[in-house]
Amino acid sequence: MAENGQEADIKAGRLDADDYVRNFSDAYPLLKKREAFVESERCYFCYDAPCVQACPTSIDIPQFIRQIATDNPDGSAKTIFEQNILGGMCARVCPTEQLCEELCVREVAEGKPVKIGQLQRYATDHYMAHKPQPFERSAPTGKTIAVVGAGPAGLSCAHRLASHGHDVVLFDAKEKPGGLNEYGIAAYKTTEDFAQAEVDFVLGIGGITIETGKALGRDVTLSQLRNDYDAVFLGAGLGGVNALGLAGEDADGVMDAVSYIEDLRQADELGALPVGRKIVVIGGGMTATDIANQTKRLGAQDVTIVYRRGQDRMNASDKEQKFAQTTGVTIRTYAAPKELVANGSVRAITFESMQDDNGKLVGTGETFTLEADMVFKAIGQTLHCADLGADFSDVELEHGRIRVDENRKTNLPDVWAGGDCISDGDDLTVVAVEDGKIAAENINSILKA
Amino acid sequence: MADLRSNFVGIKSPNPFWLASAPPTDKAYNVVRAFKAGWGGVVWKTLGEDPAIVNVNGPRYGATWSNDRRLIGLNNIELITDRPLDVNLREIKEVKRDWPDRAMVVSLMVPCEESNWINILKRVEDTDADGIELNFGCPHGMSERGMGAAVGQVPEYVEMVTRWCKQHTNMPVIVKLTPNISDIRTPARAANAGGADAVSLINTITSIMSVNLDTFAPEPTIDGKGTHGGYCGPAVKPIALNMVSKIATDPETAKLPISGIGGVTTWRDAVEYLALGCGNVQVCTAAMTYGFKIVEDMIDGLSDYMDEKGFTDVEEIVGKAVPNVTDWQYLNLNHITKAVIDQDSCIKCGRCHIACEDTSHQAITSMLDGERHYEVIDEECVGCNLCVVVCPVENCITMEEMTEGVDPRTSTPISDEYANWTTHVNNPSSPNFIPAKAIEPAE
Repeated sequence: MAENGQEADIKAGRLDADDYVRNFSDAYPLLKKREAFVESERCYFCYDAPCVQACPTSIDIPQFIRQIATDNPDGSAKTIFEQNILGGMCARVCPTEQLCEELCVREVAEGKPVKIGQLQRYATDHYMAHKPQPFERSAPTGKTIAVVGAGPAGLSCAHRLASHGHDVVLFDAKEKPGGLNEYGIAAYKTTEDFAQAEVDFVLGIGGITIETGKALGRDVTLSQLRNDYDAVFLGAGLGGVNALGLAGEDADGVMDAVSYIEDLRQADELGALPVGRKIVVIGGGMTATDIANQTKRLGAQDVTIVYRRGQDRMNASDKEQKFAQTTGVTIRTYAAPKELVANGSVRAITFESMQDDNGKLVGTGETFTLEADMVFKAIGQTLHCADLGADFSDVELEHGRIRVDENRKTNLPDVWAGGDCISDGDDLTVVAVEDGKIAAENINSILKA
Repeated sequence: MADLRSNFVGIKSPNPFWLASAPPTDKAYNVVRAFKAGWGGVVWKTLGEDPAIVNVNGPRYGATWSNDRRLIGLNNIELITDRPLDVNLREIKEVKRDWPDRAMVVSLMVPCEESNWINILKRVEDTDADGIELNFGCPHGMSERGMGAAVGQVPEYVEMVTRWCKQHTNMPVIVKLTPNISDIRTPARAANAGGADAVSLINTITSIMSVNLDTFAPEPTIDGKGTHGGYCGPAVKPIALNMVSKIATDPETAKLPISGIGGVTTWRDAVEYLALGCGNVQVCTAAMTYGFKIVEDMIDGLSDYMDEKGFTDVEEIVGKAVPNVTDWQYLNLNHITKAVIDQDSCIKCGRCHIACEDTSHQAITSMLDGERHYEVIDEECVGCNLCVVVCPVENCITMEEMTEGVDPRTSTPISDEYANWTTHVNNPSSPNFIPAKAIEPAE
């Protein structure tokens, strides 16, 4: 650092090749058949099951688990796909402990819920390994819908529209479809290129033309889409990253967590990815835990997540927090970033301790400094309207994101939206899937009216 | 410490746990291992005449499993011993000589001619075995040759062969009964009439375990074909208990000693058999599933149970439950119970509700003030116990007796008097019968 003249310690290849394989292999491997049988027997097949009510996509969970128990895994998968065509990815990334498994009566009764997520993966993996997506398209309607963003919301919407007989053109700014499934989720949650396999699975229904490398506001405009298509669905996610608002934020080594994760997900060789020896992550959500876990697994020596409130307030689930701590990540709470120390490259970051004063966060005046070769910002993403074209201003916003009604319809009569870019989103894959599904049903009913 | 020693029709053993005539008792090697493990006695696998029968060389067993692969029911198509008679007899003699305190009973099955039985009885006597068991139960393979269940299903044969055996040997004669018959009392009475010292039951139940859905053949499958086998294991215990109770409560056979067989897996199972009138129990499937070591807990558990209950001798348990076995017509119709759900232990799975709602009496709520809430509606509850059975939480739902007031379902005052069907007004055979037209309409 500037004070002691040392250079930042950032380098690739900190680990042996075997370590990378081990550190980035499937964190929760697929259940074996007998394991799935035994686990499925634990389900009580509840009446009016609370888990179903807790699932944003309303999957009939007792039914699909029973179908596993009766050795009907394909039927089980179809039960899942009927409500959630991305059931395979959701089985991997859903924070089930905050959704279905939290309300499982066995969680309430004994603290050991049925492993719904892992059973869902058992069924969907079994199905996807040997069969194409199971739905047939209705008779062609002659309508074509533009879907912007080939992430979970867009894929879900496109698939549902296609099943109703509509044609879909699916635009995505990136080279590959999949959105955050492809570029964002931690690597050990979706191994073996599952995101692309799932995109292929979804597109298997037919009627969906995919156009990658086409960004809204750059290659197409909203007005064009509205003009050329019968309806538009916006599922473009969030393009911007919140800034710390500190001096020196442009120093080398101060990075957006999402763009580093993107590089990591796309890296052909993890050993070629430079990573710091000492890492500080600022934030408390899944992105914070994901970047912390993954840099630690790339061989960083000290990784510290610093969050301004208590651990119970972190958006990252308990399970993710524990997973991080087991990985060797330190979580420090009640601390807000005050000052970046840099000599061209970041060398340290100073925090002020915070306290909760009747719900209001106030600084205590005490500070501490953590050495850092890399500082990752993981304090949320924003809708970057300026990038989306001049005519995007026709779309009404709320809290900085697109305002939609219960049908995921925007203020514009032919434009719907869903996923992270809408105002009431929970930023969860499963919620995005539901948004796409609801929008597609509404688009369909309006176009067929 | 309770005394577990058993004396069953004069056959002594250190405990009442015998291994049933089956694969575990086919050879000296197995039986010696069993005795070392602590088994009180064995019934040696059924001997027949030479030349020995042959077994299939494909699978002999099929099974029913729970999803966690617990064996619930076992079926077999194995026949009686397939070893030469003199080899078996020599081994029986040696083992009995080396283990004099253990019960050694020999199971027999020969054609229904008196001379055949005379011949084999003499040879068995020479081994110093403690007794014989007549295999009138085996439902497969042997029955097609006029033996096993083919005898057991004809009471006259049962009586005839039993009488021959009693005539021609002094060894105690136990007659093993087949359950593949409509009324178990009939062959039991026949055995009794023939002079049997005891009956043992049940032998296995005729069964096809499953059908392979790819080959469309019954399982176990031998070269594309399957046949019925004999079903045993935990799944058959309720059937066996009932049959045992029928014999224990039949005036004609009430004093006939019974050796209980059928799914005995734990000391608890054994005590149930004893309580329904069995002098001892025989075990097979549990040993074939877990090995001989299971007898340790059977002995220990029985001993602890007896100490806790103040029993000093196994005999004190025998028949304890028999006076409480009755016919439906004598059940007290004035005994009113209602299900009660303990809200503190309820996990709100709703199974009681849907079982009652879909299939029974619509007597359990599902909702209270917009919340999941399961509570019994006494006005509808008939006290059937289905909710207790389907509830995954033990003791969450209990059946509570109403001892006073009015049954809200029938608006009838609770009576502490015993009243049964024989005196009911709806029973045409009852002295209190009221013909239908005279009954006032409900409500």
